[in-house]
Amino acid sequence: MSAEATAPADERLLRRGILRRLMGRPELGSVVGAAAVFVFFSFVAESFLQTSSLSTVLYASSTIGIMAVPVALLMIGGEFDLSTGVMVTSSALVSSMFSYQMTANVWVGVGVSLLATLAIGFFNGFMLTRTKLPSFIITLGTFLMLTGLNLGFTKLISGTVSTKTIGDMEGFDSARAVFASHLTLGGVDLQVTILWWFGLVALATWVLLRTRVGNWIFAVGGGSDAARAVGVPVNKTKIGLYMGVAFCAWISGQHLLMSYDVVQSGEGVGNEFLYIIAAVIGGCLMTGGYGSAIGSAVGAFIFGMTSKGIVYAQWNPDWFKFFLGAMLLLATLLNAWVRKRAEAK
Amino acid sequence: MTALVELTDVSKFYGNIRALEGVSLEVHAGEITCVLGDNGAGKSTLIKIIAGLHRHDAGTFTIEGEEVRLDSPREALDRGIATVYQDLAVVPLMPVWRNFFLGSEPTKGAGPFKRLDVAKMRETTRSELLRMGIDLRDVDQPIGTLSGGERQCVAIARAVYFGAKVLVLDEPTAALGVKQSGVVLKYVAAARDAGLGVVLITHNPHHAYLVGDRFVLLKRGAMAGSHAKSEIALDELTRQMAGGSELDQLSHELARAGVATDGEPSDKGM
Repeated sequence: MSAEATAPADERLLRRGILRRLMGRPELGSVVGAAAVFVFFSFVAESFLQTSSLSTVLYASSTIGIMAVPVALLMIGGEFDLSTGVMVTSSALVSSMFSYQMTANVWVGVGVSLLATLAIGFFNGFMLTRTKLPSFIITLGTFLMLTGLNLGFTKLISGTVSTKTIGDMEGFDSARAVFASHLTLGGVDLQVTILWWFGLVALATWVLLRTRVGNWIFAVGGGSDAARAVGVPVNKTKIGLYMGVAFCAWISGQHLLMSYDVVQSGEGVGNEFLYIIAAVIGGCLMTGGYGSAIGSAVGAFIFGMTSKGIVYAQWNPDWFKFFLGAMLLLATLLNAWVRKRAEAK
Repeated sequence: MTALVELTDVSKFYGNIRALEGVSLEVHAGEITCVLGDNGAGKSTLIKIIAGLHRHDAGTFTIEGEEVRLDSPREALDRGIATVYQDLAVVPLMPVWRNFFLGSEPTKGAGPFKRLDVAKMRETTRSELLRMGIDLRDVDQPIGTLSGGERQCVAIARAVYFGAKVLVLDEPTAALGVKQSGVVLKYVAAARDAGLGVVLITHNPHHAYLVGDRFVLLKRGAMAGSHAKSEIALDELTRQMAGGSELDQLSHELARAGVATDGEPSDKGM
């Protein structure tokens, strides 16, 4: 604290700072984990290192990753969303059924779906901030209601559990180009969702680390009363986070619809946990206030590698969920350990 | 001279519970007004009204002569009232520099490229804290790794930096040891010398008497006394604060229970 101690203290800062900064990153545990999984499957599955396998792995990662990004932000903000999995399906159903029933251009359905999905997100956030009930309960309610609505409306309107095909409708081709096309980059076939995913990760990272809103997200998760006391709009931040989740559910939903042209109304149940797992493996704290968007991407990448690696290694995919569970436990333990080391004085 | 903040006969009810009734106090620039009271006396309610977390139900609340009814902490902040809470002063997991600017972050750029001015935030945090005598090894460390006293000082430095006219401190020394309490009280005095009006909430009359200019005593939600420092001695303040006659009763009861009150040590029992 005294003046003469200043100079040596600054030297120590330089040396310790780099190590500490690295150790203090929330992604560190997941990056170590991802490297381990990558090396492991490189050895046990011969075809794992081929470029075609890599693009398959990236595609699988992106379908989870697109949702893991906003879910990670929401968890940093201290809340959960259990309705994400079925919200993706709802979004696809609204889009498909609106276009078909109104015989409108597919893009009209896509637009209506965006509004409807954002409204669901707003509902989640509004109910949470108004009632002050745990987000677990609120979104569990939304989850069940959406599951019922998905099935009920689809049967009511199309008579079966899946929607009618919209593949021959006006605007479908351009919508498919945006949400479910392939591109070939340097001989590698890449799904457009990978671009969406990378774009969202970059955007979320920028928002989190370099904008006022990002500062508020960390604050409402790490101490919402303290944040409110210094003038942070806590409720608006939380509602915004839920609407961010809804926006990404809309992207995922449109991808789901455009890659086939029909949607099964029962899909999506259980996926909400995959998104949460990716976020947690990526270093998000269950209690909020800590985590990163890049971490969620690494978490999703681990998911993609494991789910496809098991196939390439020609194992029985029945074991996949076991690996996922074990990975979640290991990652959480590693994160806890790393953070304890990083925060030790 | 108009008081920075003046409460006259302010009351607050939660349903049929009387949390605060008929409380008056004044805060002047360059003075420290201490609010003393035991647990449940209504100190927290009072602070929440001044900080804008709750609206008062009766009486008048004026800021620089203008009558107000605050709807949010933001409104209080905009009018120059900054509150530092004992437990909720900071967000523990966030770095010191992010905490320092939380809620009032400086930005540069425009439109979609509007971003935090990170270099300025770090530099200002470091220099402002240094000015208050806190030499941080690293402004990037989570603020939760600082000691309780240092955290309070960061919160006070933050309020001073953002141009608060009135600083409200909720039990700043309650969870601290003797030495750290001294450090915090030094910064409270420094804020007063910088021309701020300070409201110091405490249940420790010794700390209050060290720095206070006026003392308001609360008891069960009502005013139990209001004194300038020249009118009251520490002993009397302590006695009133602890409840005067109740204290006499207590020492009487303790004496009957066999506790030596005349200072003669007893080697029986323990």
